[in-house]
Amino acid sequence: MTTKTKQLNRIDLIFKHEDDCKEILKKSFDRSHEEVINEMVNSGLKGRGGAGFPTGLKWKLTSEEKEKTKYVICNADEGEPGTFKDREILTRVPHKVLAGMAMCAKIIGAKEGYIYLRGEYKFLVPQLREELKKFHQIMDELNLDFVVDIFLGSGAYICGEESALFESMEGKRGEPRNKPPYPTQCGYLNKPTVINNVETLAHSYTIMKYGAKKFRELGVKDSWGSKVFSVSGDTPIPGIYELELGMSVQDFVDDFGDGDTKAVQVGGASGFLVPRKRFPKSHIGYQGKLTGVSLPTGGSMMIFNSSRSMYNVLDNYLDFFQEESCGQCTPCRVGCQQLLKGIKAVKRGDKPAAYLDKLLKLTETMRLTAKCGLGQSVANSFSSIVENFREEMIY
Amino acid sequence: MKMTNMINLSINGIAVSVEEGKTILEAAKKLHIHIPTLCYHKDLCVAGNCRVCVVEQAGVDRLVASCATPVNEGMEINTNSLKVRNCRKHIIELLLAEHNEECTKCYRNGHCELQTIAADLQITNQDFIDLVPDKQYSVDSYSPSIEKDDSKCIRCQRCVRTCAEIQSVGAIAVAHKGADMKISTFFNYSLNEVVCTNCGQCIVHCPTGALVEKSYVEQVWDAIADPEKHVVVQTAPAVRVGLGEELGFEPGTRVTSRMVSALRRLGFDSVLDTDFTADLTIMEEGTELLTRLKGALLDDNPEVSLPMATSCSPGWVKYIEHKYPQYLPNLSTCKSPQQMFGALAKTYYAKNIDVDPANIVSVSIMPCTAKKYEANRPEMKDSGYKDVDFVLTTRELAVMIKQAGIEFEQLNEENFDSIMGIGSGAGIIFGATGGVMEAALRTAYEIVTGREVPFENLEIKPVRGLAGVKEAVVPIVDVLPEWSFLEGVELKCAITNGLENAHQLMEAIDRGDRFYHFIEIMACPGGCLGGGGQPFPVDDEIRQKRMDAIYSEDLSLALRKSHENPEIVQIYKDFLEKPLSHKSHKLLHTSYVKRQPY
Ligand SMILES: Cc1cc2nc3c(=O)[nH]c(=O)nc-3n(C[C@H](O)[C@H](O)[C@H](O)COP(=O)(O)O)c2cc1C
Ligand code: SF4
Ligand code: SF4
Ligand code: SF4
Ligand code: SF4
Ligand code: FES
Repeated sequence: MTTKTKQLNRIDLIFKHEDDCKEILKKSFDRSHEEVINEMVNSGLKGRGGAGFPTGLKWKLTSEEKEKTKYVICNADEGEPGTFKDREILTRVPHKVLAGMAMCAKIIGAKEGYIYLRGEYKFLVPQLREELKKFHQIMDELNLDFVVDIFLGSGAYICGEESALFESMEGKRGEPRNKPPYPTQCGYLNKPTVINNVETLAHSYTIMKYGAKKFRELGVKDSWGSKVFSVSGDTPIPGIYELELGMSVQDFVDDFGDGDTKAVQVGGASGFLVPRKRFPKSHIGYQGKLTGVSLPTGGSMMIFNSSRSMYNVLDNYLDFFQEESCGQCTPCRVGCQQLLKGIKAVKRGDKPAAYLDKLLKLTETMRLTAKCGLGQSVANSFSSIVENFREEMIY
Repeated sequence: MKMTNMINLSINGIAVSVEEGKTILEAAKKLHIHIPTLCYHKDLCVAGNCRVCVVEQAGVDRLVASCATPVNEGMEINTNSLKVRNCRKHIIELLLAEHNEECTKCYRNGHCELQTIAADLQITNQDFIDLVPDKQYSVDSYSPSIEKDDSKCIRCQRCVRTCAEIQSVGAIAVAHKGADMKISTFFNYSLNEVVCTNCGQCIVHCPTGALVEKSYVEQVWDAIADPEKHVVVQTAPAVRVGLGEELGFEPGTRVTSRMVSALRRLGFDSVLDTDFTADLTIMEEGTELLTRLKGALLDDNPEVSLPMATSCSPGWVKYIEHKYPQYLPNLSTCKSPQQMFGALAKTYYAKNIDVDPANIVSVSIMPCTAKKYEANRPEMKDSGYKDVDFVLTTRELAVMIKQAGIEFEQLNEENFDSIMGIGSGAGIIFGATGGVMEAALRTAYEIVTGREVPFENLEIKPVRGLAGVKEAVVPIVDVLPEWSFLEGVELKCAITNGLENAHQLMEAIDRGDRFYHFIEIMACPGGCLGGGGQPFPVDDEIRQKRMDAIYSEDLSLALRKSHENPEIVQIYKDFLEKPLSHKSHKLLHTSYVKRQPY
């Protein structure tokens, strides 16, 4: 049963069939670096990998570094459970991603680029290699000394974190590094590196082709443009959708829910759970001037209807984290184990309900002290689930 | 010269100015503000994984790791805000939840960095769930040198960084992730089955009781208590400049004669000196070097391998056996002073005091854990018995002294027994990197030229100091007639300490970038004085103080050259005949084996 009251605008930019990469690149190569960077900055594009760092600024900072050797890396590790949009982009429009990489390389002065491909996406390698052949041909024709290779990931979720990704590419254990220094200064092989999500790079192509102004016709202030979402869970129409940023969770649920939606997890295990009562005031986008809460996401939207136990959902996430944490830092390694064991103990009655408050404080410590985004963001799902569904945790 | 920029910041409201690139932790140290740390160690690269050192930075929501965060102009730091205190306490509580907190049964009780921080923070409650029962922690006690107890490990990776960065061995590494993350070896084999050199650097860099030496204190007490046994003890040169640190003295205090009287009070039947066999090593190894030089320079013998490498550091010996087996012919065949001593204790010494060698128990006190392994090498039985029965570290000796209730500061100063109790200053400096080289040069130069080495006070300064790799060229001129083939030769020497430096040197030699006649290699930073059996804690400052103490002891002695040691003269006269004699070969020299590279 669906009670569809409204349909959100389906955008068709990313996946639109376009075969003009060479011309677009040529056009952008003919412009000055400053012009291109300004175009990117003005577009307001923010990273689509989750953290939402302004892409234009990232390119600008890296272009200003004095080092001779620099790298462009496309982050295609896509390990967040319930996310599969990067795979789709690389399958259907890989040439746009490569065009984005080439533009970036031209601006920052990189001669080598890599696609860090999630191990499970190995099946994509042959077709990507075909695509790379064509791409290198274009690079030759446009006289840009830029070569892209594929690096196959090892299957650990943490290797999607940019600095762990570099470590992994360098043949080391995938453990996040201390920051600063940031990748713009000191990335792969300690050289200035731009690392962008697959989708971010594809958007850069769109911006080059249509201009920043056009890009900003979609979305809202601080969250311009469109975004590809992976919709899953209790929905009659799971799949990949390109939608405008800034939508309220209410509008999203009205479109995708099954009429009985109890909550939506925005941004996967490391994102936030939005309960029904908050649907209208929660928006999908980056922190900014929106009224209500803005929720950034790498693209995962998981819908839960009233048959779901939020305790089980949380249990699942924590199990994922305690296994996928790299394990190096104390708050995350031990914290995740404590949270998982803690909610189980409360559920069993071995610990009083008030123990949940102790655990909430612990997640605050994790948020404040963990070394990387993984440990820092466990608090997101934990507190949003425990605070909104406390009874389900206890009884 | 490039001027370094100074950065101004404030910590807890106090202004401070430090060089650009320094961390918040270093700036706080300058203000004498203590920030607790666990994964940080001055010797190692920064890991930033324990998160105990987090502090609050004005304008930043999350806390920052002070050990890993460089200072910025205008930064305002608070090391003691409510937010910081709460988090820090949580982090220690979390570590303890994973930790087998049996402090009273722990080797590191009283010397443990985790325990100290827990005490400072007054962690008296444990709200978190004890995770230990569900962990399959194991203890690896198969190595003769090292015990690894995972239940005491806080996963700070100091050992991993030590083994990789300082030692270039990589015997231990991080395995698994998340809750299962642990410090492991190749396929989780026991430490005695892998490339581990037993150097014990991981032990002295470990903040907790997760890595400790294999202790033989009880066996030694048993031997002392056995009236049938004659228990002899030898003490290595570096012990006398380290032991004091465990017993209330400042680093760099020489406690030689107090140590001798403590050993006597512990009940050892005879208190002897490894320095004696250090001098003997110089005689044997010096002669071996001259023989090799003759073979190479005069006889053009292609079988002769140069450079000759020293062999008194058993960690280095095992390292070359694993990593550069093709260079084993370059290794001097001389046993280490400890093993020469052991072989003589049950032959020369036994005969001299007329005791059945079967009843002699030979104990050595060493700054080193690899010596425990060395004593257990199957070939070390040339006396017909196990040459060295038990090896104790400097730390274990301190334990025995405390167990016996000896007030160390109050002890009389006493001298070693004889025979095998006299050592020269040349023997003493074996304890410092460059010492073997200097001692060998003092003797070999004099043998060849009939003159003392041309350095003021016999101090061969170029080979001294904590630098990782040192080089020296000694021109040999006006030689005695029998050494005419050495006339005009420039003797090229190199000295390294820490196996990473040894690795660099071996690579340079292997590439052909460098040629030497003689190289001295010590497995540990600073040489034996920085050994894996020395007191906690250790850093360059402490190593330098121990080194200064060693050279001052050398300078304080009248006897400074191995070949002038009267007991050395006597042993060649009465027992060994001459260096490299048949008997020397049987008792004082050894052979090596090729091992797997992992
Ligand atoms: C635990 C963890 C996993 C991550 N996994 C991915 C990933 O699979 N793909 C991705 O693009 N970014 C991932 N990120 C974010 C990256 O660190 C980085 O911010 C991103 O690649 C930057 O690209 P963007 O600015 O285009 O988003 C992850 C971050 C964390 C903390
Ligand atoms: S927060 Fe977790 S994943 Fe990140 S460095 Fe720490 S242990 Fe590793
Ligand atoms: S390692 Fe330290 S804290 Fe742990 S039991 Fe030993 S002394 Fe106590
Ligand atoms: S004893 Fe030395 S070689 Fe062995 S694990 Fe420790 S540091 Fe590495
Ligand atoms: S064994 Fe010691 S040094 Fe190594 S990780 Fe564990 S606590 Fe740290
Ligand atoms: S001491 Fe700084 S993180 Fe461990």
